[in-house]
Amino acid sequence: MEPAEIFPHSGGVIGVSWLMIALPLLGAAILLLGGRRTDRWGHFLGVAMSLASFVVGVLTFVELLGLGEEQRRRVVELFEFIPGMVNMGLLVDPLSISFVLLITGVGSLIHIYSIGYMSHDPGRRRFFAYLNLFVAAMLLLVLADNYVGMFIGWEGVGLASYLLIGFWQHKPSAATAAQKAFIVNRVGDFGLLVAMFLIWTTFGSFAYGPVLGAAGDANVPATAIGLLLLLGACGKSAQLPLQSWLLDAMEGPTPVSALIHAATMVTAGVYLIVRSGAFFQAAPTAQLVVTIVGVATLLAGAIIGTAKDDIKKALAGSTMSQIGYMVLAAGLGPIGYAFAIAHLITHGFFKASMFLGAGSVMHAMNDEVDMRKYGGLASVMKVTWATFGLGYLAIIGFPLLSGYWTKDGIIEAAMEHSPILGWLAVIGAGLTGFYMSRVFFMTFHGKRRWAEDAHPHESPAVMTWPLILLSIGSVFGGAFLIVGNRFMTFLSPAVGAPEEPLGFHPFSVPGITTLVLVAIGAGYAWTKYGRSEVPAVAPRGSFLTTFARRDLYGDALNESLFMRPGQWLTRLAVFFDNRGVDGLVNGLAAGIGGSSGRLRRIQTGFARSYALSMLFGAAVVAGALLLVGNL
Amino acid sequence: MTTHYLVLSALLFSIGAVGVLVRRNAIVVFMCVELMLNACNLAFVTFARQHGNLDGQIIAFFVMVVAAAEVVVGLAIIVTIFRTRRSASVDDANLLKY
Amino acid sequence: MPWLSILIAVPVLGAVAVALLPKGSDKAAKQLALGVSLVVLVLTLVMAVQFAPGNGRWAFQETYDWIPSFGVHYAVAVDGIALVLIALSAVLVPIVILASWHDADGTGADNPPKRSVKTYFSLLLVLEAMMIGVFAATDIFLFYVFFEAMLIPMYFMIGSYGGAQRSYAAVKFLLYSLFGGLLMLVAVIALYSIAGKSTFLFPELIGAIQDPTTQKWLFAGFFIAFAIKAPLWPFHTWLPDAAAQAPAGAAVLLVGVLDKVGTYGMLRFCLELFPDASKFFIPLVVVLSVIGIVYGAIVAIGQTDMKRLIAYTSISHFGFIALGVFAMTANSAAGATLYMVNHGFSTGALFLIAGFLIYRRGSSYIADYGGVRNVAPLLAGTFLIAGLSGLSLPGLSSFVSEFMVLVGTFSSPVENFGFEIPAIIGATGVVLAAIYILWMYKRVATGPTAESVSGMKDLNGREKLVIVPLIALIIGLGFYPKPLLDVINPAVGTTLANVSVPAFAPAHPVADQKGAGQ
Repeated sequence: MEPAEIFPHSGGVIGVSWLMIALPLLGAAILLLGGRRTDRWGHFLGVAMSLASFVVGVLTFVELLGLGEEQRRRVVELFEFIPGMVNMGLLVDPLSISFVLLITGVGSLIHIYSIGYMSHDPGRRRFFAYLNLFVAAMLLLVLADNYVGMFIGWEGVGLASYLLIGFWQHKPSAATAAQKAFIVNRVGDFGLLVAMFLIWTTFGSFAYGPVLGAAGDANVPATAIGLLLLLGACGKSAQLPLQSWLLDAMEGPTPVSALIHAATMVTAGVYLIVRSGAFFQAAPTAQLVVTIVGVATLLAGAIIGTAKDDIKKALAGSTMSQIGYMVLAAGLGPIGYAFAIAHLITHGFFKASMFLGAGSVMHAMNDEVDMRKYGGLASVMKVTWATFGLGYLAIIGFPLLSGYWTKDGIIEAAMEHSPILGWLAVIGAGLTGFYMSRVFFMTFHGKRRWAEDAHPHESPAVMTWPLILLSIGSVFGGAFLIVGNRFMTFLSPAVGAPEEPLGFHPFSVPGITTLVLVAIGAGYAWTKYGRSEVPAVAPRGSFLTTFARRDLYGDALNESLFMRPGQWLTRLAVFFDNRGVDGLVNGLAAGIGGSSGRLRRIQTGFARSYALSMLFGAAVVAGALLLVGNL
Repeated sequence: MTTHYLVLSALLFSIGAVGVLVRRNAIVVFMCVELMLNACNLAFVTFARQHGNLDGQIIAFFVMVVAAAEVVVGLAIIVTIFRTRRSASVDDANLLKY
Repeated sequence: MPWLSILIAVPVLGAVAVALLPKGSDKAAKQLALGVSLVVLVLTLVMAVQFAPGNGRWAFQETYDWIPSFGVHYAVAVDGIALVLIALSAVLVPIVILASWHDADGTGADNPPKRSVKTYFSLLLVLEAMMIGVFAATDIFLFYVFFEAMLIPMYFMIGSYGGAQRSYAAVKFLLYSLFGGLLMLVAVIALYSIAGKSTFLFPELIGAIQDPTTQKWLFAGFFIAFAIKAPLWPFHTWLPDAAAQAPAGAAVLLVGVLDKVGTYGMLRFCLELFPDASKFFIPLVVVLSVIGIVYGAIVAIGQTDMKRLIAYTSISHFGFIALGVFAMTANSAAGATLYMVNHGFSTGALFLIAGFLIYRRGSSYIADYGGVRNVAPLLAGTFLIAGLSGLSLPGLSSFVSEFMVLVGTFSSPVENFGFEIPAIIGATGVVLAAIYILWMYKRVATGPTAESVSGMKDLNGREKLVIVPLIALIIGLGFYPKPLLDVINPAVGTTLANVSVPAFAPAHPVADQKGAGQ
């Protein structure tokens, strides 16, 4: 089934859907411009703006549901951005509204959580300003009706991410991580930019409607556009080969990791691929590359996750891996879109709940992040334990919880497409079972390995309530979306639907194998980290462990391939500029200066020799005139 | 008919020029310059006569005015140099060089 | 109303008045200069409001004979391109005056000893008159006169009020510019005599030269002058020296406006007077521009001095502008024109904030800073915004222009020359820009507070007044560039029509979908 037509829209809640973007933007502006005057109530304003945006989102959603299924793609025109090139407008359709609800819903919960988490931070107002800025930019990213508007949001979330990773910028590690995230993302943006050049040159338009409608036509360089869009997606979604920034990004405050680097921003790449699905469906090569990138990343992320002792980095590896699943699904075409987005939404819930849970643990443990110094926290932090546990069960695909439905769908769709991809995804699921169990058991079970001054305690209600709400989503979200193909039907006007939807086969070979592998992984983790002693210092481990600990040598590779040659090139260029180009200019000047220095020696100061040379000159002139004759 | 005047003018000019080149005393050099100027004046007046118009004579007046001004300034400079350097030789006044 | 003559006359009279103030009235001199520049700004805005694009090519035309025997006129007029650049000058000068309030006092840690304050502000006003004149001139001889006369106030501002190596920098700037200017003078005279129209009026000289070889020679004369002014690689080395040694305010006007005369001249004179030669030289100019973009950025990364770094970023940006001009599509040329304006604001802000930092710390070396964000958050925050504009972050003004230039270049159908590669290489500039800006920001503003900056004060009222309008313009034009583009687009269209290049046509045009934009 092809995506539905797009209809112009005005009036109603959809007509003012720009409020969703404007409100948090206004909040950010007030908080940044207001300065210290807003310190006392700034965080409440931030939460209020995010909630208001959520309310508008829900109303928009309701209004959209009230329209006929084929009528659910509405464009709200805003203003002429670049005359003759870009008209800014918002596209409200099932795909964008799904994201809107996730962003504003989970976003608001994380805003609320942050009131507690950041309560002792002197920069709390600024933090909320940046969070609001992020929400506004992310909403623009998903709501814009054209590639340029999407790109503005795309870079806006990059900026917010930069500011928030570097929120504690007085720590050099945070400042470096922020800079790295921005620059690596810019490499992806380069791809996105060139893709937009191609789109403009081919179609003379950037608007989704006309462009995507014609993407499948002959003579469209769909493969090139698809691969370039993928490069952009890789940057934002931390997919191979642009994955290296995500682990460092954990330098930011934990709510940031939850909102931006787990639930929403990093999934923008999946949004981009699904939104631009028309290009990928017209280019099997690009699709193949997307699935390969997805599978490679889901395995790489899982491997990294198995070796990290820093709880946030282990979760970050897991995020990489889960987004790998989504990208894989997005590369499968219409059959995978619904699963990709559904997994994205459920992942938003369970990963945010786990990150916030990790934050709650850190809050209790004096900001300790090393899991080897945790252990046995289940007894003192009941709520955190329970919510984290539900998230954990959801992500490993415990039957009937969210992750089970969505991840299983992805695996089955991949299996249908190519058994190799499918089985690799199954192995990834097994790894997930191991590393997530490792995190869970090391943190909440086993012996207490706390530092001496640690007095863990449950976090305040303002932090635990968001955890509870998120864990409800992690439990029931998947079933709600997947059972009866509810989400696929809802999404189909926006992204199309496969000829025949995937049936649900709980007892298929891959399904059973997955469950068995997950159980084995979890069991192994329990024997290794739950029951037995966990050493306080990480054991040396085999070269495989080192490989995983060093992020698969991604940083080393970047350093030796790009950074060092880059520094060398920079030094060479500076030298060339000073000595070569400028040297030429200054050399010319020096040459002229030198020769005039020699020439001026003729000026001896003896008036009579001047007179002689004048006479000589006069004689020459007179002689010349005589020679020419006719004087 | 005017050839003699021109020959005289050329002779006077040459004497002046040689004087400027070979003499060192600034006063003498100065007088030689005056000699050259007046040789030119003679030529101008001669040509005016030859062509039957007044252009040359007018120029001659200009030259005289300039010469007078030059005498004033020039002698003042020579006297000043003599005062400071106790010498009227043009070769001793060679500070303006390079 | 003779708007343009008034705009030129007011700052000149103001300069005379400032210079004639009695000794010791430094404060009065500053206030008077600021007042005059504000009057010019108001007049410019009033004029701009009356400008109606599409109402004939030239507006506010004035033509008087100047040297009738040579066909030299005092002829001024504006089209959309000139108008936005005049507006840029009129906006920047009051800001610069306010920012330079103490630059001539000799109180800053890095400043030369006290010099005449009123001379400095008088020179600023003279410069403003020259800048307005050069953009308004439609007589090529008059343009040349303004083009060279601009050097004089700038020479003195660098040479007398600059940093430690000011006289080296000033002489280098003057000689370099003069060299280009004289080549242009030769070309101007040759154009006059070869065209045989006994006039220097630009509109009448369009299409006057038909012979391709002649066009090429004359193009070269003009182009080298403009390439030095802009500056394009490899004529750029005077800029880092001049910009680093000039006081911050003068550097803003130098890079923000004066250099734009180069790119403006390419668009206005090179293209229209010598269309065939322009097309012939496209490969050369495009290669130089692309080298400039990448090379400027790479060298910028390696700089240790803030002001030099900013100067090199400008070299990279001028590469974009020249690329846009010579890609000769409506989008790229309009983008290039918009870029000239936006670059003035963003680099202006960057130079001024760097100036504030240097004024406080007494050093322009990046290594002498660290952790400024901890002690002066506003200063660091504005520095970051200006920097982000410098790296063309979407939502800030430079993005629109850079995007238009690159998209326009990529899609250029001119002469079957492969414009895709230069555009793609140019787009790598976005990665390099992120590196040079963020790395500088990181070293200056983040990390633990360096001892030398521990007592640094945050922005004071005057400095806020300087920065706020710039940032407002950067953000405002980033989201709503339409007012400027509506003025620029028709003018660029006329220019390109005179060059007679094929218009861009998409390979696979899509029908307008109702409501879906386009």
